[in-house]
Amino acid sequence: MADITLRALRKSYGGNEVVKGVDLSVPARSFLVILGPSGCGKSTLLRMIAGLEEITSGELTIGGERMNDKEPRERHCAMVFQNYALYPHMTVARNIAYPLEVAGVPRALRERRVRETAASVGLADYLERKPGQLSGGQRQRVAMARAMIREPRVFLFDEPLSNLDATLRVQMRLELRRLHQRLGVTSVLVTHDQTEAMTMADLLVVMNGGRIEQAGTPLEVYGRPASRFVASFIGTPPMNLVEAEIAPSGRLHTELGPLPIAVERIASGPVLLGVRPEHVLLATGPDNADLELPLELVEELGATRILHARLDGRGFAVATAPGLPFPPGATLLLRLDPSQLHLFGRADGRRIDAGLVRIGEQVPVAPTEAVAVPFR
Amino acid sequence: MIERTPILDIVTQLILLLGLVIALVPLWLVVVAASLNLQEVNTSPLPLLPGSHLIENLVSVWQRGDLGWKLFNSMLVATLVAAGKVFIAALTAFAIVFFRWPLRMLAFWAIFVTLMLPLEVRIVPTYAVAANALGPLQTILEVTGLARLWQLATGVELALEWNLLNSYTGLVLPLVATATGTFLYRQYFLTIPDELVEAARMDGAGPLRFFRDILLPLSRTNMAALATIMFLYAWNQYLWPLLVTTDRANYGTAVMQLRQLIPSMFSEPEWNIAMAGTLIVMAPPLLVVMLMQRWFVRGLVATEK
Ligand SMILES: Nc1ncnc2c1ncn2[C@@H]1O[C@H](COP(=O)(O)OP(=O)(O)OP(=O)(O)O)[C@@H](O)[C@H]1O
Ligand SMILES: [Mg+2]
Repeated sequence: MADITLRALRKSYGGNEVVKGVDLSVPARSFLVILGPSGCGKSTLLRMIAGLEEITSGELTIGGERMNDKEPRERHCAMVFQNYALYPHMTVARNIAYPLEVAGVPRALRERRVRETAASVGLADYLERKPGQLSGGQRQRVAMARAMIREPRVFLFDEPLSNLDATLRVQMRLELRRLHQRLGVTSVLVTHDQTEAMTMADLLVVMNGGRIEQAGTPLEVYGRPASRFVASFIGTPPMNLVEAEIAPSGRLHTELGPLPIAVERIASGPVLLGVRPEHVLLATGPDNADLELPLELVEELGATRILHARLDGRGFAVATAPGLPFPPGATLLLRLDPSQLHLFGRADGRRIDAGLVRIGEQVPVAPTEAVAVPFR
Repeated sequence: MIERTPILDIVTQLILLLGLVIALVPLWLVVVAASLNLQEVNTSPLPLLPGSHLIENLVSVWQRGDLGWKLFNSMLVATLVAAGKVFIAALTAFAIVFFRWPLRMLAFWAIFVTLMLPLEVRIVPTYAVAANALGPLQTILEVTGLARLWQLATGVELALEWNLLNSYTGLVLPLVATATGTFLYRQYFLTIPDELVEAARMDGAGPLRFFRDILLPLSRTNMAALATIMFLYAWNQYLWPLLVTTDRANYGTAVMQLRQLIPSMFSEPEWNIAMAGTLIVMAPPLLVVMLMQRWFVRGLVATEK
């Protein structure tokens, strides 16, 4: 159980810098998830922690000890690879036992530990099989068991679930969490699946282009995205983003027309206005509608329904409760809740923290579930 | 393929059969010739069915050609070559594929170039080295002046000599030092996923541990394939053993001996004896191929998943 700190960690391949200065501290016993698009450097970062990739500059400590120049085995990290990386010629039992075998643990003890560990991940009946004779989920468990048996200080996972089918993935997600609760080992998991990230993380880090965009709890990251990138990367469907200008009066003029919403404490200028689909409300009538958009299509998800409006070729999604059928081509009357709007600088994409209020009202209204006259 | 193409099937079968016949006819003729007596074997055309003198011819050639000893020599040399080859090839490929070191590419190309210089091409220098394996070192010492220095310091003239002629070492070493096996291994090692290498590192296995516990077991089939090929290659060597051994009685190989059995213009045309010798000399490699076949084919066509 060790904490991990990264200080200005960098990695270059030749002249090509892929990790561009990462500062992060992971408290002991927490579950860190690194989320980011393909090629953003998250695997590289993980492998630098593991010791599989040299650190170009910066400092890595695990449990307070500088690890930059330590061999992987001296870092006491265990890693679960995306393709499990089981030794194909060894039985499951020997695969699991291998780290102990290398460490010179006596045979009897080794066998006992293998049995215990295998039983704890439900592999007791498969010990004599070869990895080739196992299903994907079982292989995953073998990889887990092999990582667990050394009682490492840190678990590292590189997209461990991405080769499983959807049902199994949900199941293994829970199992990983349970395992973490039971063992309390500091864990770092890399994924590009936001559901995985949101559901598993104590601490969520969103990476882009070799940098950390935001670090925080999943709810913080979801509720107050630090940048336009985070806003559009997390959430399904992603946050709607609309170009807007803040007039000198403070009023918001969007590309869809002026809104009866004013921005306080911010100089005028170009911004991006963001709103999550579930925070767009249906207006009760034309009088209190802030936006009117043509409905393009409807996605039914059972518990919710996603209405997709069209906006200059881009989509604008609205999540509602299932209810009235919407004829295609209808006009959606939408109302925005100023307290649920996000502003981002158009040039740098960073979040702008500003007070947004509805013009004429002192306090922001509480969101209302108004579905009475959704279209006209 | 589940397509039903009866005509094509028949045609392909016929082609296969034809190939088989073409391959087997000479072998059959060897068997036939080996079972005839001197008179029968020299009739024209050669009979197509075996005669009754096979055992007699085999015994006769065994004694006359000292084949027991020669086969032992061949066996020893071929086994050593195959084993040495497998060992060296695995190690060199291991170094080239899994380690990053400054002269890696140079070493790789140096090995690669030897592929283009088979033993036959460099036979004269190889012979010179075999005659004195320390010769190159001596030359270097002389050119750099170190030999003179030594002579001045000790008063003894420096003359290094290590003669490999007429020895098993001389028969084996030059055949071991070639690149074929290295390439077979290199290709196989390249297919080993990086993740596996990294998993071993994470599990704490050092390079030798990884080599022993993971690479070697995984490349069993390749090893069998390479060993078989090299065994045949070494068994069939003729030119090199001929050059490097003058003491034929002690160091002659079976294939060299076979050449002795072939009748010349001035001797009796004992083709039956020569063919009986052929049968005997060809038996061990045939056996090796048969025994190794299962492994061998797997090693060449597929990699275990
Ligand atoms: N050995 C290498 N040499 C040069 N460039 C590399 C090397 N390994 C990775 N890169 C580059 O570094 C960048 C980050 O790679 P990395 O594997 O960390 O991405 P990732 O975020 O894990 O992506 P994915 O989700 O696809 O796995 C990529 O642009 C990649 O091309
Ligand atoms: Mg990756």
